[in-house]
Amino acid sequence: MIKNMTIGQYFPADSFVHKLDPRTKLIITFILIIFVFLIHSLPGYISMVAFLALTIAFSKISFRLVLKSIRSIWFVIFITFILNIFFLKGEEILFEWQFIRIYREGLIKACEMAGRLVILVIISSMLTYTTSAKEITDAIEILFGPLKKLRFPVHEMALMMSIALRFIPTLLEETDRIMKAQTARGASFDTGGLISRIKGMLPILIPLFISAFKRAEDLALAMEARCYHGGDNRTRLVEYHYKFRDLIAFALTALEIVIILIAK
Amino acid sequence: MSIKVDNVSFTYMKKTPFQVNALKNISFEIKDGDFVGIVGHTGSGKSTLIQIISGLLKEYEGNVVIDGIDYNDKKADRTRLRRLVGVVFQYPEYQLFEETVEKDIAFGPKKLGLDEKEAEERVKVAMDLVGLDYDMYRDVSPFQLSGGQKRKVAIAGVLAMEPQILILDEPIAGLDPQGRENFLELIKSLNECGMTILMVSHNMDNLVEYAKRIIVLKDGELFMDGTPAEVFADKEKVAEASLNLPEVASFCDRLREKGFDVPDSIIRYEQLKDYIISTVGGSYDD
Ligand SMILES: Nc1ncnc2c1ncn2[C@@H]1O[C@H](COP(=O)(O)OP(=O)(O)O)[C@@H](O)[C@H]1O
Ligand SMILES: [Mg+2]
Repeated sequence: MIKNMTIGQYFPADSFVHKLDPRTKLIITFILIIFVFLIHSLPGYISMVAFLALTIAFSKISFRLVLKSIRSIWFVIFITFILNIFFLKGEEILFEWQFIRIYREGLIKACEMAGRLVILVIISSMLTYTTSAKEITDAIEILFGPLKKLRFPVHEMALMMSIALRFIPTLLEETDRIMKAQTARGASFDTGGLISRIKGMLPILIPLFISAFKRAEDLALAMEARCYHGGDNRTRLVEYHYKFRDLIAFALTALEIVIILIAK
Repeated sequence: MSIKVDNVSFTYMKKTPFQVNALKNISFEIKDGDFVGIVGHTGSGKSTLIQIISGLLKEYEGNVVIDGIDYNDKKADRTRLRRLVGVVFQYPEYQLFEETVEKDIAFGPKKLGLDEKEAEERVKVAMDLVGLDYDMYRDVSPFQLSGGQKRKVAIAGVLAMEPQILILDEPIAGLDPQGRENFLELIKSLNECGMTILMVSHNMDNLVEYAKRIIVLKDGELFMDGTPAEVFADKEKVAEASLNLPEVASFCDRLREKGFDVPDSIIRYEQLKDYIISTVGGSYDD
């Protein structure tokens, strides 16, 4: 019943992008997201789109999935576009009807903002499509490792994150199951006013919380029973090593940054 | 209330790399008052099938008609379908949410539009059916009960809606043998009162004792369909669907290996007992 979610989902495959070190992907994603805001010219956007197209091509992720990730936030993109186009004032009027005035600057700005949002969504979904939650948290833990010296609980944070990520699908599945069970008992979740809707959620939320707490308890017990203890001296199951392909990825990213900076 | 499943197919996660064809062209018909067991290996599509029959999974291909009402029909009377079909999921105790046992059981009946008094009557009857004392448990929080009692409350919640078709997905998983026996006896008596039963189970021994008909699924396809005796007589096909034989049937196999000429039709304890008595001689008391 829950709509098939694609955002934040991992699609395993054997591709260049999948095989990149998660640290590489995380760093590149971070850099790209910053530099998207520094693009101000058409050639800059074109090079960015080309870079992403290349990434998609070497990831074996179908174009349809990429579109799907955009579709899931189309409303935000649409609103951004509308706000910019109607409320930004400029000098050259393109279109005028009663109180509505659309300026050339407004139109350009609106396209730019919408384009940026689309690019940001593609960048972040390419990271999650090609990198498992485990790899992402590992990468975060390693990259933020130096903060341990400042007594920042890096390992614990990473563990919390990976447990949370690990249980999202389980909770979704659980929600789906409970929703079906309550539907079969005659409950409905999408009718009536606000109050009755909120009340209608209770038959789902209560069992969901109860089972989430139970799961947390079970997990804590299982970790305890296997003598889990945090941070220091723990070794990793998978050791990460940079390979030649990571060098290629970094080089291409550097090239992209140079293009963006020059095209300014 | 007859159930007619006509050429039903279902795909999960359509058009993604995770696409699963969970059901492929399933057709069968269940007549009023039947007791049907659905079996199959894990992942063979049993849960998917019963969710479609319960009207909980939409966007399937084919038709499901219940008592003449088609789920796909835009004008179908959904409340009537809800009333007709009761569903007990695996581990139903996870659907409890009210403060007291009585309120939880009354949830379904109230959603059907019954008033306080009628709902209370239904709660009494349902609690009596599952064997929970009304006065003792009505004001208890369902979360304070033991696992087995919670399950009784959950099942009472479905029975209180007085469905004419009862669909159960592995209802006895996780119960102790005594609990199973009691539960199956309850289902049997409901069936004898005319309720149509559709039950998914992994326990072949229970099914041969209770079901009148068995449907075997394999990889989303209808693989076998017949009385328990017919289904378990075809030992090769049963093995092909990765099913266990009922204990009695495998015991007979062992007897055959030892040179006894035991007929294939024996799959239940009673039959085996009768057979042994008739061949060896003696009486029940021995
Ligand atoms: N919500 C779901 N999303 C995707 N695939 C599913 C989902 N539920 C079940 N499946 C898949 O559909 C197939 C049939 O599942 P199911 O009907 O649960 O089988 P059974 O109840 O016989 O074990 C399995 O391959 C399972 O992995
Ligand atoms: Mg199942």
